[in-house]
Amino acid sequence: MSATVEVRIPTILRPFTKEQKLVSATGADLAAVIADLEAQYPGLADRLLENGVLRRFINVYINDEDVRFIGSLTAQLKSGDSITILPAVAGG
Amino acid sequence: MSAVSGLQIPQEMADAMLAQARAEYPNEACGVIIGREGKAERLKPMFNAAASPTFYEFDPKDLLALYREVDDNDEEIIVIYHSHTETEAYPSRTDISYASEPGAHYVLVSTREEIAPATEFRSYRIINSVVTEEPVEFIR
Repeated sequence: MSATVEVRIPTILRPFTKEQKLVSATGADLAAVIADLEAQYPGLADRLLENGVLRRFINVYINDEDVRFIGSLTAQLKSGDSITILPAVAGG
Repeated sequence: MSAVSGLQIPQEMADAMLAQARAEYPNEACGVIIGREGKAERLKPMFNAAASPTFYEFDPKDLLALYREVDDNDEEIIVIYHSHTETEAYPSRTDISYASEPGAHYVLVSTREEIAPATEFRSYRIINSVVTEEPVEFIR
């Protein structure tokens, strides 16, 4: 079952979403939602994925959960879930 | 974001930042200053999940809580700061590659001992991997 979710876009990626902070997407799992985002906002997926997995310094949360602990790209979604994308605050 | 060029920061926040950097030595210290309309209002030290002398990373759970808090209060992240333990207060290659807040001032403090503290507090904009140092004004 495909779910409709809201996705919070961080400042750095808003040039892809016409500066929208909150967008809507559909998909049964995170991979499907990212594919839908890419269809709507070309170029976005490459900023989230590298070699088919989530980039190390991109954090994605479903509601309050870091997706790395709930299956990453295979994390299941239900309608009304809220996805938040946040680039890591990190450096050397 | 603020149209004011350069960073204006209360002296006590800068002092607290340096004190934190010394306390967490030999690991890098990190945190943010939160405020409104470009004005630095409150310092929020963050836990360095990397616990490393050469790397810092906000814990992902803390990061989500931070952004929620800032959003809920209609605030913004004015400054993202961290310390360098043995090198100058200039953004490293990794600092530049991970910098993802074009509206924030990136502050570097260095705890290396051979240089006077006044020269160790520096601020930058990092936008599209371009580093621009900016003047810092300490407000008393």
